[in-house]
Amino acid sequence: MSADTTSAIGPVEGASFDVDNPAPYIEAPRKRTGRTPRATRGNFEMAAWLFMRLSGVVLVVLVLGHLLIQLFLDGGVSKIGFAFVAGRWASPFWQVWDLLMLWLAMLHGCNGLRTVINDYAERANTRLWLKGLLYTATVFTILLGTLVIFTFDPNIR
Amino acid sequence: MATPVLDKVEKESAASPYITVTFRVRRFNPEVSDAVVWEDFQVEIDPKERVLDGLHKIKWDLDGTLTFRRSCAHGICGSDAMRINGKNRLACKTLIKDLNPEKPITIEPIKGLTVLKDLVVDMEPFFQAYRDVMPFLITKGNEPTRERKQSPEDRERFDDTTKCILCAACTSSCPVFWNDGQYFGPAAIVNAHRFIFDSRDEGGEQRLEILNDKDGVWRCRTTFNCTDACPRGIEITKAIQEVKRALITRRF
Ligand code: SF4
Ligand code: FES
Repeated sequence: MSADTTSAIGPVEGASFDVDNPAPYIEAPRKRTGRTPRATRGNFEMAAWLFMRLSGVVLVVLVLGHLLIQLFLDGGVSKIGFAFVAGRWASPFWQVWDLLMLWLAMLHGCNGLRTVINDYAERANTRLWLKGLLYTATVFTILLGTLVIFTFDPNIR
Repeated sequence: MATPVLDKVEKESAASPYITVTFRVRRFNPEVSDAVVWEDFQVEIDPKERVLDGLHKIKWDLDGTLTFRRSCAHGICGSDAMRINGKNRLACKTLIKDLNPEKPITIEPIKGLTVLKDLVVDMEPFFQAYRDVMPFLITKGNEPTRERKQSPEDRERFDDTTKCILCAACTSSCPVFWNDGQYFGPAAIVNAHRFIFDSRDEGGEQRLEILNDKDGVWRCRTTFNCTDACPRGIEITKAIQEVKRALITRRF
């Protein structure tokens, strides 16, 4: 069902179709057949769906609060520097805030992209590679961020 | 009182209701070419007639090779869903006058299914998804000697989803289905909903488990395309949400 209206086979190859030699149908790359429902156990999709809703609500508070503090209150962007960050992370409250925001935002975004890949990547191989890349990037960012928050040393030279 | 009647007939025939409408049909015939072409047909038609009547005029008077499905012609069998002016509708329920007859009326097969010829698509994946949700009454134990009784309130619970005529207008308007034919699609979920919420049925748990799968209800993005497309006015997106809610609340 493409919008392409030109013949896919050029005249050189002899594009003549008739009753005995019909043109090929353009079939969907993934379509439902009798074998499709390989029932997968567990509730992963449901958990992912619920997580998106719940983390979304929490993230609205976390991210808007974060933006407000970082960009508007008390001098705005210009105040941000090493000292400012060090000062905030001295308090466990802001450590937990940032940690929570990091984990929720990364997992929320990762799951969103996973859905997009599932919806749009047609070939199994493409899906595999894109998701592999996505998961690697997510795990890397989460681990690195967590490491920084926990091992942050304000007296570093 | 014969004279006034005669007068009236004369007046009506004087002002002919017929207008000329252009039908722009997307055609594909694998026995002629592998290319899709848009073909225009000029049809004399009363604007109070339906798109299906126009297609009949084309098939009967202009070009007998035009291929489409229709059976009842009264919006009940669900065989003539097609994309008319870019929207999925039943040709037999769409009046010409509701479509702006000054411009050409475009008619295409429904999207997301393999086109076999002109407006005829392969409905097999659609019906496979329908079969997969087990759209039949499942009960345990002995069969009662009398009919299975149900209160009007219990009947009301799933009344909306009993109206489906399996036309595929909803499923073939769903972007998730276009991109990924593995998704059950709105129609299958609607027909599962019809049994899940039926107080006489005992297979609800099984059906919910089927729809809990990775190609089940969680792929719905609440686009509302299906609700817009349904010629029976079923609130499809709501039905899908009710299945989701049942899945979440039944365990917790
Ligand atoms: S739910 Fe509506 S649009 Fe979908 S198949 Fe049934 S009647 Fe057609
Ligand atoms: S022909 Fe039966 S629904 Fe239109």
